[in-house]
Amino acid sequence: MASVSLKHVRKSFGRTEVVHDVDIAIEDGEFVVLVGPSGCGKSTLLRMIAGLEEITSGEIHIGELLVNTVAPKQRDIAMVFQNYALYPHMTVFGNMAFSMKLAGCGKREQRERVGEAARILGLEAYLDRYPRQLSGGQRQRVAMGRAIVRKPQVFLFDEPLSNLDAKLRVQMRTEIRELHQRLKTTSIYVTHDQIEAMTMADKIVVMNGGHVEQIGSPLELYDFPANLFVAGFIGSPAMNFLDGILVTTPMGRGVRIAPDSIVSIESTREPDGRQVVLGVRPEHLMIKESQSAGMAANDAAGIEAEVIVTEPTGADTQIFCRVAGKEVVAISRQRHLFPAATRIRLAAQSGKTCLFDSDTGQRL
Amino acid sequence: MNGQPIRRWLDNRNALGILFMFPAAAILVVFLTYPLGLGVWLGFTDAKVGRGGEWIGIENYQWLWEDSVFRLSIFNTFLYTVVASVIKFGLGLWLALLLNRRLPFKSFLRAIVLLPFIVPTVLSAIAFWWIYDAQFSVVSWALVKLGVIDEYINFLGEPHLARASTIAANVWRGVPFVAICLLAGLQTISPTLYEAAAIDGATPWQQFRNVTLPMLSPIIAVVMTFSVLFTFTDFQLIWVLTRGGPINSTHLMATLSFQRAIPGGALGEGAAIATAMIPFLLAAILFSYFGLQRRRWQQGGRDS
Amino acid sequence: MADSEQREGMHYLESFPRRWVTVYIPLLLFLFFLLFPFYWMGLTAFKPNAELLSTEGNPFWVLEPTLQHFRKLFIDTSYPSWMWNTIIISVVSTFLSLAASVFAAYAIERLRFKGSHQLGLAIFLAYLVPPSILFIPLATMIFQLGVFDTRWALILTYPTFLIPFCTWLLMGYFRSIPFELEECALIDGATRWQILTRIVLPLAVPGLISAGIFAFTLSWNEFIYALTFISASENKTVPVGVITELVEGDVYHWGSLMAGALIGSLPVAVMYSFFVEYYVAGMTGAVKE
Repeated sequence: MASVSLKHVRKSFGRTEVVHDVDIAIEDGEFVVLVGPSGCGKSTLLRMIAGLEEITSGEIHIGELLVNTVAPKQRDIAMVFQNYALYPHMTVFGNMAFSMKLAGCGKREQRERVGEAARILGLEAYLDRYPRQLSGGQRQRVAMGRAIVRKPQVFLFDEPLSNLDAKLRVQMRTEIRELHQRLKTTSIYVTHDQIEAMTMADKIVVMNGGHVEQIGSPLELYDFPANLFVAGFIGSPAMNFLDGILVTTPMGRGVRIAPDSIVSIESTREPDGRQVVLGVRPEHLMIKESQSAGMAANDAAGIEAEVIVTEPTGADTQIFCRVAGKEVVAISRQRHLFPAATRIRLAAQSGKTCLFDSDTGQRL
Repeated sequence: MNGQPIRRWLDNRNALGILFMFPAAAILVVFLTYPLGLGVWLGFTDAKVGRGGEWIGIENYQWLWEDSVFRLSIFNTFLYTVVASVIKFGLGLWLALLLNRRLPFKSFLRAIVLLPFIVPTVLSAIAFWWIYDAQFSVVSWALVKLGVIDEYINFLGEPHLARASTIAANVWRGVPFVAICLLAGLQTISPTLYEAAAIDGATPWQQFRNVTLPMLSPIIAVVMTFSVLFTFTDFQLIWVLTRGGPINSTHLMATLSFQRAIPGGALGEGAAIATAMIPFLLAAILFSYFGLQRRRWQQGGRDS
Repeated sequence: MADSEQREGMHYLESFPRRWVTVYIPLLLFLFFLLFPFYWMGLTAFKPNAELLSTEGNPFWVLEPTLQHFRKLFIDTSYPSWMWNTIIISVVSTFLSLAASVFAAYAIERLRFKGSHQLGLAIFLAYLVPPSILFIPLATMIFQLGVFDTRWALILTYPTFLIPFCTWLLMGYFRSIPFELEECALIDGATRWQILTRIVLPLAVPGLISAGIFAFTLSWNEFIYALTFISASENKTVPVGVITELVEGDVYHWGSLMAGALIGSLPVAVMYSFFVEYYVAGMTGAVKE
């Protein structure tokens, strides 16, 4: 096992730079997820760590070793590919033992180590089968088995679950997580799915456009996103964003969204009159008494909203509304069923809002 | 370690690329590129069998230009290529469409249809030679019995008949190739397109016109370029059936080139005739190249 | 074919008589046109001369089948040695070409070295160079190399059309193997050589078979080089031998000619029947890419 560190790593294809000056420090034994929309450079970064792409500039260390010019096979890593990359002409055993065969390990050692990996993954019954005879989940396990038999210092996963159906994805997510807890091997996992990132990672690296937007633990990112991109990317349904101006009311500071809609916030050092973007997670938007027009005018800490559609999922209800010309979603545990165009008032749970600079998008 | 530098070198793309390319490239340069140039050079010499030639400039071409047989052979080559290719395309497309239907024994049918293409041309030409025999032709026999004609047809003895007969034999061999290639193209067209067209109210002809043909056109372009190329440079069939006769009426440029160069011994002149085919071939190849470009564009230009 | 679900489609709309007119009858006519020469070839090979040259009776059948033409072929001519020559030349030139092509195709398609794209195009162009414009200069070279009238003359020249074809075809097959497999093998510790021999080649076996079968039939069927570079009777290949040795002046030995053509076609036909799918894949693959 080993730590992995990336220092000022850049990658250019021809004249276009796709990874800009990335710094990431990964501790020994950590499970790190690189997450971002497609084309954000996360896979390129992983392939550079694997040695499948040249590093244009910067340094990558695995353990103590500077690996910039080290061939993949000498980096002591294992990789699980998106399409599994199982060798179709080899059995499950052959696939898992291939690297040992190349390294010249004895037959007995091959059998022992493959057997051990197969036991961990529940593949013992399938060792003689060919990849085409396996289900998606089994293939996925073989791909992981092939990685574990090598006992590498670092596991690299390149969107390993994206070819599976939704149910299997959830199951394999747990299995990979369990495996990591058991083996404690440093793992770097690339995905575009923020739920995978949230559920699996010790540490998430959010990337966008070749830059690292934020690094932190899942809940850190969720509660304290560094900027609008991270705030919008992490969490589903996504955080609501409302443009407004900072004001001071008798009840404290607030953001005025519309003439009669003010959301109260925790204290901030920013001055009144400043343009900001207010971020509120759907589950932190509460529904106040509806249609009680009389009290609306006095209630400064409320948002005027018009219901577009209500979607019950069973466990909760998602209410899509229009607020000051923007679409906003609220999640409620109660089973509201508002007809379209109902006017309701929403309020943000205090202390759960975020403020962003409306020009730079950075958190204030 | 001593093996280390070598292994390093073997993992280098460019070095390994050159190493891997070497056998193929060496053979092709020595036996393809060099003779291609040598052939062009020979065309400017008066080389004969058994003696190297002197440079005589464009004398061969001047002489050939005056030569009515050579001009006739160009005419024949074009006639043969155009007529045979058009028929091969028409029949081939028709056969492909038939084979693309729901049929019993489909794969078996497809397999035997291709037989004329895989059997050595020379050997099947022998069968045609016998079928076209002036005295014992089975075609003549059947036509006489049916009362269509009174006298046996001299298939290979009359200029026009000989041209038609050789074209028929060429079509016989070429149709399966065109049909099977186009069938492969047809099978890549998704049936849902036809279903959508049928629901939109298209008649079978409109479906063919608006779905099949446009989807198939890139592969048609390539297949027909190949077919034209093979037909244009054909040698075997003519050599077996007529040797260019009667009165040179079926001589193609390839057969004339062979006749002048090998039995005739005039290597320089033969090479000049062969070289004269190159411009036409280049035109066909350029056409093919743009056909492939278009195909790439139709696939969505995945890799530029 | 692509869909695993069973479909009948709009087949039910067509009446049976209509199918006969639009599908079956045209198809039968095609089959007759395409297969009749083979029937005729087979029939003639077994017909005694008397029947061949008589205008009486039904020419579409044979009354007293005979093996005399085959006997003449094998005893009076060098047919067995033509056959042997053809086999040796086809097998050796196919293997040589296949070996050279595997490396070339892998280099062009997978190593992506400098200039590989242009080389791929050059291979395609080489594939389009017809033997009929090469045979004269090749003949002078063959003479100078001192291999005129030997098997080497053909073994050395057949690769000029086999290598471009095989390389082009194999490039397509290599392209279809996912890059991740090679990357994975690279991480697993394989060298380039091991990747080629343990991953790429085993996966390209269908492509190798296709290319091999096709190359074999191409060399078996080759005519113009064999006609030009070989003169001694016992060195000839089957196509050349049959056409040049079985015609004595004006006397055509039709029966033996047909017997020779029949036997000469048999090896490729048998091979083809075992590997139809590969052959078709090879033929259409070369056109499609």
